[in-house]
Amino acid sequence: MTLDPNILLAIVAMAAATVLTRIAGLLVIRFVTIGPQQKRALEAIPPAVLMAVIAPTALVTGPAETLATVATALAATRLPLLAAVAIGVFVVAVARALIGA
Amino acid sequence: MKRIGKSQEFFDGMRAMAPLTVAVMPIGLVFGAVAASKGLSSLEATLMSALVFAGGSQFVAMDIWTHPASWGALAFSALLVNIRHVLMSASIGTKMPAFSGPAKYAAMLLLADEIWAMAEVRAGEQRLTPVWYAGLAVPFYCVWVLSSLTGAAAGAFLGDPKAIGLDFAFPAVFTVLVMGFWKGRDTGAVLAASAVAAVLAHQFLPGVWYIAAGAAAGVAATLVTNRRQEACA
Repeated sequence: MTLDPNILLAIVAMAAATVLTRIAGLLVIRFVTIGPQQKRALEAIPPAVLMAVIAPTALVTGPAETLATVATALAATRLPLLAAVAIGVFVVAVARALIGA
Repeated sequence: MKRIGKSQEFFDGMRAMAPLTVAVMPIGLVFGAVAASKGLSSLEATLMSALVFAGGSQFVAMDIWTHPASWGALAFSALLVNIRHVLMSASIGTKMPAFSGPAKYAAMLLLADEIWAMAEVRAGEQRLTPVWYAGLAVPFYCVWVLSSLTGAAAGAFLGDPKAIGLDFAFPAVFTVLVMGFWKGRDTGAVLAASAVAAVLAHQFLPGVWYIAAGAAAGVAATLVTNRRQEACA
């Protein structure tokens, strides 16, 4: 059970950034009216951010990861979160073993 | 009308959340195990879950983790990944007349995606109260923190998560979440723009700029398609 000061600083900085996003909405509705255009831009942020996070893994890491991402996405249309994630993990493990990556 | 007791109200919130509280357990375990594999101690992994309490940004942090930890890059990526909370708190904030000012801000500290979604559903059916919200949020929070601790403690013995594909668990979680945001062709344009920009930035720029590039490209895409639709109409 160690606590590195550098890591603590990183955790506190992440927490501060997250708290800021969580209370910012309350401040926004006090001072700003959100029109359709603003709402649209804000709504596009979550899928855009999540896609950006997975894109390097999904597209340019290797065939096993690309295959597993496709399998997970297809599974997600039919199955709950955990089942789809389990399928993705299973596919990537099997594909890596077969391809030898 | 009989006034229901506070403990009953708390329990109602807890029961509404139960399926999600159970579902978050393995995700917490995976987070703890991944954190241990990146060299975080059990205390550090647990502290991150307790203070940040935002699974998506915690998994992204593990993805870009370096030694020594780069706090600026980590805070910036947490800000980007969690920027969706601004819209979520703006939305639920208008549905909390039963909350005092401080209670409203305290409630926002626990505004995880799952808690927000359940609170929105409740607010559509009846008055959202602080006690019910606490029943929703507090057990979920405790399970997240404790499962992270367990995962970190066990993860040190599990060895390399890559061997059994566990490193793919969080890209898989994000893939499922992306699918949940699908609302037709407009979403397709957002995702395509984000993916292209992110891959290009990832190849040519250091650090987490690819997340900012993808987010900006996705938002730009939605504004462009919107303008085109207005022009056609």
